[in-house]
Amino acid sequence: MAENDQYSLKVTGLNVTLQNQIILSNLSFNVKKGATLAILGPNGAGKSVLLRTLLNRLPYTGKVEWIEKTRIGYVPQNVSVSDMPMTVKEFLSMGKDTDVIELLKLVRITDENILNKRLGVISGGQLRRILIAWALNDNPNVLLLDEPTTGVDIDGEEPIYRMLNELKKAREMTIFLITHDIHIVQKYTDTLLAINKCITFYGPSTEIAKSTTQKLIYGEPVCVKTIKGEQD
Amino acid sequence: MANPYVLKQSKENRINIIDLTIIYSLVVAVFVGIAAGYLGSLMVLEKMALVGDALSHVALPGLAIGITLNFNPYIGAFAFLFISAVIIWHIQRTTKISFEALVGAMFTLALAIGILLYGDDLDALEAALFGDISQVSLIGATAAIAISITAILLTKLIYNRLVLAMISEDLAVSKGIKVAQTNLLYLCLVSVVVAVGIQIVGTLLVGFLVIVPAIAAKIISANMAKYAVLSSIFGAVAAFFGVLLWSTFGFNLPFPGPIVVFVGIIIFVISLVINWIYKLTT
Repeated sequence: MAENDQYSLKVTGLNVTLQNQIILSNLSFNVKKGATLAILGPNGAGKSVLLRTLLNRLPYTGKVEWIEKTRIGYVPQNVSVSDMPMTVKEFLSMGKDTDVIELLKLVRITDENILNKRLGVISGGQLRRILIAWALNDNPNVLLLDEPTTGVDIDGEEPIYRMLNELKKAREMTIFLITHDIHIVQKYTDTLLAINKCITFYGPSTEIAKSTTQKLIYGEPVCVKTIKGEQD
Repeated sequence: MANPYVLKQSKENRINIIDLTIIYSLVVAVFVGIAAGYLGSLMVLEKMALVGDALSHVALPGLAIGITLNFNPYIGAFAFLFISAVIIWHIQRTTKISFEALVGAMFTLALAIGILLYGDDLDALEAALFGDISQVSLIGATAAIAISITAILLTKLIYNRLVLAMISEDLAVSKGIKVAQTNLLYLCLVSVVVAVGIQIVGTLLVGFLVIVPAIAAKIISANMAKYAVLSSIFGAVAAFFGVLLWSTFGFNLPFPGPIVVFVGIIIFVISLVINWIYKLTT
């Protein structure tokens, strides 16, 4: 349990080793309530592993402390729906009675005909919005998003981030977001956590505009020692 | 092996000759067909269709032990299926080797053990490979129906969880679903249904009851609810009419398995045609 309610999450000395390979090494960071944390790093840096660890999906050492009454909604990068005879309506109401129209409105989908379409035939952008709607179904106060615009064309990306930002404010959520888009990091996130097995940068998202920061993130990995995660 | 249930054609004898065993067989066929179709709908979605088929052959040594030691061979079959399912589940979890590869290895091993155990008892081996519904008693039929209903109800409880885990295991975990345990329960239920299905079509053909009704349903289903229901109905229709046609006409066969398969294939072809007409007209 977090000592200070100001933080939604405190991570201290997090290590993840899978099949004798060190994937994450000595990660320490905090995330403020209501903030959006961008997680950045090259391919294979351990970004998705970090999210899955936060979901308690993988074995780890160190401390992962969520604030009390945390309800997590998760949007995975990859889903297997192409071959599934499941409609959008069936997916959204899976396991519980749900006002599916309300969920559609939340993710700014106005065409209700989508409800009777199969998940496998809707567009990449619509699928992403439906996955976000599904994650919102249990009224979470934390949203973990693993590259939420995978399969979405360039024009469709920013509206999704804009929508997430509005949802975050309206529902007072804390957001964890894996992305590769520097523009999105600058515009829609508060704090940037760059990792490449260890933390290579941890600080305000605006810092990403600096070439020195970009060198830290995308150059030869240099691990940063964070001082008890007191980064804002 | 003579077929004891071929109906004579004279009208006056017909009613007398339809003995209770045929009625038991038909009722068992319906329930096992529904259960196999329903559970198979998940297996086809998981792209584990051949797992269901191969898993069925694992029952062979269990049947042999049951026959040799003089207890109900289907209990032996279930024991072997269950143990295999647990072993496969455990190895898959710890090594991430695919289900298909593990079941393939287990299946050939079981087949080798089974044939060794049967030795030269070819009649017993034939019954195990192709089914022998002539042995169905009232108790056997009641047990098969009860097992099928239990398997259907338990599968219904975990159906959505399994589908969600197929869409994304992480998504399922984020909702607090214990994916590994749910998968194990499902594999055990498949084992139970396969063990019961062996009575009707034997170990060689029981995989059919798991696969074909589901793929026929998938072709013409616009949603999951329809898919699961149609898969169950197709399983029941194939098993029922397969056994009925065999018991009526005999076809010089000692067992109904191949006729069940043919009825199922007809359903599959009809589904293909319906799908083809639908695509042409829309």
